[in-house]
Amino acid sequence: MTVTKEAAVTSQPTVHSGRSWTANVLKARESGIVLALIVLVAFTATQNSRFLSGQSIRDILLGTAILAVLAVGQAIVMITRNIDLSVGSVLGLSAFAVGTLMKDHPGLPVIAAVLVGLVFGAVCGLVNGALVRFGQVPALVVTLGTLYAYRGVSYFWAGGQQINADKLPASFLDFGTASVLGLPWLVLIALLVLVVAGIVLRSYRAGRELYAMGSSPQAAQLAGIRVGRNTSAAFLVSGALAGLAGVLFAARFGTVDAAAGTGYELNVVAAAVVGGVAVFGGSGSVWGAGLGALLLTVIGSALAVLDINQFWQQAIVGALILLAIGADRLVAVRVAKALKKRDSHV
Amino acid sequence: MSDRGNRLGRLLSWDAAVVLVTVLVLIVASGAVENFGTSRNFTFLLLDLLPIALVALPMTFIIVTGEIDLSVASTLGLTSAVMGSLWNAGLPIETIIPLCIALGAVLGALNGFFVTVLKLPSLAVTIGTLALYRGLAFVVLGDSAVADFPRVYTSWVTGTIGDGPIPNVLIPLIVAALIFGVVLHATPIGRGVFAAGAGEQAARFAGIRTGRLKFWLYVVSGAVAGLAGVLWTLRYSSARADNGFGLELAVVAAVLLGGVSIFGGKGTLPGVLAGVVLLATLQNALRLQDVSNEALNIVTGVLLIVSVLLPNIVTSARTAVRRRRQLATPER
Repeated sequence: MTVTKEAAVTSQPTVHSGRSWTANVLKARESGIVLALIVLVAFTATQNSRFLSGQSIRDILLGTAILAVLAVGQAIVMITRNIDLSVGSVLGLSAFAVGTLMKDHPGLPVIAAVLVGLVFGAVCGLVNGALVRFGQVPALVVTLGTLYAYRGVSYFWAGGQQINADKLPASFLDFGTASVLGLPWLVLIALLVLVVAGIVLRSYRAGRELYAMGSSPQAAQLAGIRVGRNTSAAFLVSGALAGLAGVLFAARFGTVDAAAGTGYELNVVAAAVVGGVAVFGGSGSVWGAGLGALLLTVIGSALAVLDINQFWQQAIVGALILLAIGADRLVAVRVAKALKKRDSHV
Repeated sequence: MSDRGNRLGRLLSWDAAVVLVTVLVLIVASGAVENFGTSRNFTFLLLDLLPIALVALPMTFIIVTGEIDLSVASTLGLTSAVMGSLWNAGLPIETIIPLCIALGAVLGALNGFFVTVLKLPSLAVTIGTLALYRGLAFVVLGDSAVADFPRVYTSWVTGTIGDGPIPNVLIPLIVAALIFGVVLHATPIGRGVFAAGAGEQAARFAGIRTGRLKFWLYVVSGAVAGLAGVLWTLRYSSARADNGFGLELAVVAAVLLGGVSIFGGKGTLPGVLAGVVLLATLQNALRLQDVSNEALNIVTGVLLIVSVLLPNIVTSARTAVRRRRQLATPER
């Protein structure tokens, strides 16, 4: 288990004594996930020892890496009180673009593939951001539209053809499976993304502004925060990370067609909300989102090992989303009550 | 409110524009697309339009109240899967159909419970149930298909009136559209829907039980999606867990294209129907040009974005024009 022991990063609460509240809530959420993970892993391992074999753990880590990169981007967008439903399609488009590139130019270094994926994703994210910012319309509708539009572009481009692993250069496929210092490349990249995003969100002005925007867009605007620019930036980052995830996807699976990543957005949103990123914006951390990604991946593997119908996976994802937003709501109500009570004694 | 007549005029002009564009598309497609103008294609167009139009009726109400229901396509799929497994289990079709519609209503009630009783944001709730219901559909039926439904029913759903081009199913659709239209535009319920969308608090102070209203809207939305699932299954003679996948996009696109504001409080049902016809016509013409369903989604996705952006662009343009006029008129 590589559960990160980083302290929970909380948003700067507006009421200073509310800090302990939010901190406790987040800690509670994260320890809840860790607890669920331990129970799930222990139970599955007793049922089937294969679950803790090296190969199985590697698969879980690789799966988590791809989902975590996406979930970090989603967390950043959701903290600003927006949502990005197009990430699954951006992943697919980027994976297909990178696969095509590596197939046609097998001599290219892996870093070129990574850069191309990032650029593809960033362009998609830029379009999302510009539409949300200048159209002054809910991100939900815009990214629902681009979810299908980007996917359509993939199909249009691929025309039913598939890129197979035997057509991809060995160096690129190695990147998807090889390890450095005992950790797979994919996991290292995901950790790097997590750490950088975590630090920026916690300690840098840009990160703090995102929380302020999510808490109250109007107040943030009045406080001189450039809400429009930050919104665009959040979508750009989410798109770029989805593009990066596409590269990791192509390298890990080797087989890419136009349908790659279909329906992924549900897992990504689930990972973020399960990890304590609020749908109403203004709170949550990328660490939580990463933990959520780990939990979802472990659930998927556990289902396979326990010989439970794989089709339960998506139903569980849906149930987890409902559970998580329900829990957030409960906490929000309690916090509000507690603050009211305290204020009435003043 | 001197704005009222103005707003009505603006809405009418939006509706008129949609109708005009639809007529243009029809004319261009009839001339340029092979087989588009045939009576057989007309029948197919109406059959394809049916599930979108049906589900768009309650969706209009929900979006006017300022909420959304993204789970409709998954409700359709789960209903279809259950229909298939009940048929496999040997139940008579006359029992299965009402059961499936009731199931849709229950699924809608679950959405309504989360949104109105637990007061959770409808977007997040219905993304959750989108995943949950679609997942359950696969749990129920896996990736198999059930296909041997009674010929009497399947041929009625795909059949036409007196061998003409008009499908049988158009009759119930027109009846449903009339009912929904009258309720929205000529009853206290409809006024409550607009009031809830214009301002929840104000509506509540005016004595409208917005929570209860929204709850029942979700129930109706689920039941109609269930009915759409039954019709879908019978039309293609195939119950599958992935039936109707992605339909929520077409429905939301058609509703917004029809001039309903995503922010709630504004919209007309005739406009929505015009939006449905326009969307279905475009899709149909492109399909005849051998554009695949997946590539078609580029068009639907872009249409959705354009129809949500346009009202804002129009509004800001109007404001700019008005301001310029004010600046131009010399003070007397």
